Amino acid sequence: MAPARRPRLAVWKFASCDGCQLSLLDCEDDILALAEVVEIASFPEASSAMSKGPYDISLVEGSVTTPHDAMRIKKVRRQSRHLVTIGACATAGGIQALRNFADVDDFIAAVYATSRYIKTLATSTPISAHVPVDYELHGCPIDKTQLIEVISAFLAGRKPAIPNQSVCIECKQRGTVCVMVARGTPCLGPVTHAGCGAICPSFRRGCYGCFGPMARPNTTALAREWRLLGASETDIQRVYRTFNAATEPFKTESEAHGD
Amino acid sequence: MGGHVLAIGAKAMMTRDGLQALIEALLSRGYRLIGPRLGEGAIVYDDIGGIADLPAGWTDRQEAGSYRLERRADAAFFGYAVGPQSWKRFLHPPVERLWQARREGDELAILPIEIETPKFAFLGVRGCELRAIQIQDRVFTGGSQVDVAYGARRRGNFIVAVNCGTAGGTCFCVSMASGPKAKGGFDLALTELIEGGAHEFLVEIGSATGADLFAGIPQRTASGDDIAAAEAVVARTAREMGRTLDNTGIKELLQGNPNHPRWDTVASRCLTCANCTMVCPTCFCTTVEDGSDLAGATAARVRKWDSCFTLDFSFVHGGPVRSEPRARYRQWMTHKLANWIDQFGKSGCVGCGRCITWCPVGIDITEEVAAIRANARTAGTPEKGGA
Ligand code: SF4
Ligand code: SF4
Ligand code: SF4
Repeated sequence: MAPARRPRLAVWKFASCDGCQLSLLDCEDDILALAEVVEIASFPEASSAMSKGPYDISLVEGSVTTPHDAMRIKKVRRQSRHLVTIGACATAGGIQALRNFADVDDFIAAVYATSRYIKTLATSTPISAHVPVDYELHGCPIDKTQLIEVISAFLAGRKPAIPNQSVCIECKQRGTVCVMVARGTPCLGPVTHAGCGAICPSFRRGCYGCFGPMARPNTTALAREWRLLGASETDIQRVYRTFNAATEPFKTESEAHGD
Repeated sequence: MGGHVLAIGAKAMMTRDGLQALIEALLSRGYRLIGPRLGEGAIVYDDIGGIADLPAGWTDRQEAGSYRLERRADAAFFGYAVGPQSWKRFLHPPVERLWQARREGDELAILPIEIETPKFAFLGVRGCELRAIQIQDRVFTGGSQVDVAYGARRRGNFIVAVNCGTAGGTCFCVSMASGPKAKGGFDLALTELIEGGAHEFLVEIGSATGADLFAGIPQRTASGDDIAAAEAVVARTAREMGRTLDNTGIKELLQGNPNHPRWDTVASRCLTCANCTMVCPTCFCTTVEDGSDLAGATAARVRKWDSCFTLDFSFVHGGPVRSEPRARYRQWMTHKLANWIDQFGKSGCVGCGRCITWCPVGIDITEEVAAIRANARTAGTPEKGGA
């Protein structure tokens, strides 16, 4: 039954903090199991030994923020049978998409002595804005169990078991008492994609929405409730404008608030 | 056990020490005893080892979308309404493995699943919760397809019911005729009596097992005054219901108004977060997830609580059947209060109020029914469809 050739895996980095790649390195026992079933053909973060494509699965971390990366992602796509984005940057543009709401030249002027060597785009965009993507894994950073699930699913040719429902469902499954109802703490869980296992509420904090929007969230109704709990218009704009700022409907909802 | 075995339906008095003795008797008979205790900001159900674990002197203040723990003036053990969890958590757990398999050469070996079946004893089960357990019994074990694991977990449960002495702000068991007094289905039922320095329980025997266990507990005969005092507690609770729901013709009302404008109003507030269905003690829907490991050597199917509020729930080829939030809220409420009657013979709601309290935006099922009733399409040709 053993396949004649192990599927080849590549891991790519675009504009990102490397946290999602670290989640892969953090898989400990599973990474050994992974190395047995796939050939880790290219993973510069882990090894300088990189071999050429084509690849069966490419994991892409990071967003596109430079003209060079906009070209590079096309090359990655051409070499990859399946392309899976990992994390908020690759899936939604990341925290760096805050530039989309401002003028990038102002940032350049503030940070660099001269703009001569800076070649950057006006926006940070998800990988899906540039090439077709086979699967998007949410999270900032991603959950390592979900990552192993996605890879296992692609290897088996099945659908990943990753529900696109609210964090509230995970909260209730684990038996965490709702911080919004029992403490009056504003929480983004009701509009946020599940996957983290409801970590923040289990530490008595509201969800920050790092997994991005769930399927068809009602961001407006939740914003109304946040106001009732004492959040300001600026608070609401800020909370919808973090790691997934450029994704709809967080983007539009954030634009409806602020001072 | 030595003591006198009372008849079913008989009543006797027990002190706080008696309650401790009751807990010890259950534990020594090998029961896993689950009861109320203080959790993170709420009274939750968890393992209990003695009366010191119970939330003595605490109560809950509940309103739509709000729950707060508060101190009581007395040291009542059961002086709260119901918390976020129900017994469903133990009888119908949120995540359950259904089957697993291992690849052995070219063959697939199906591995046996061990159903975890502790001998459960539940302490502090309310009237509404007893009714909810009976409803889930009907759903899981009363039809042609029996859920074996549920049946195994349910078998031999020892239920110590508590007649409510405090109504929650979102309770409406009187409307649903499920409380505040426990009506059958228990082994023992307690009414907590705190008056003039005394702190005792009137105990009603509900089963032969209950009678047998209670025979070993220190007790005294219940006087006419004791019984009257217990009845007064329940009557006062019934008067203090936080909510009411008018059930008159509810099946026709909801089934006949699928295009009522109120469904749009509620949909504009609803987060489709599914909290209401997770906390509801009768909601039973699940999804199954199939998984396999990296090497493709093992596979398993896991069943998890699901909800009619998620998009995936009604996903068929081409998309979800109920894509609009209005269709999802309507599905939930109409099933719970109306279609349930067609399906299982009675309402799926027991009036516990959890869906009202634990909805982050405080959507209130009793208010929604009243709003639809206020300007309903009257009977006649039933209106169909609407998405
Ligand atoms: S704590 Fe947040 S995520 Fe959890 S149930 Fe409440 S609102 Fe939902
Ligand atoms: S519908 Fe609401 S009030 Fe009725 S049983 Fe369910 S949670 Fe309780
Ligand atoms: S009714 Fe409330 S708890 Fe239920 S899905 Fe809507 S917002 Fe969530």
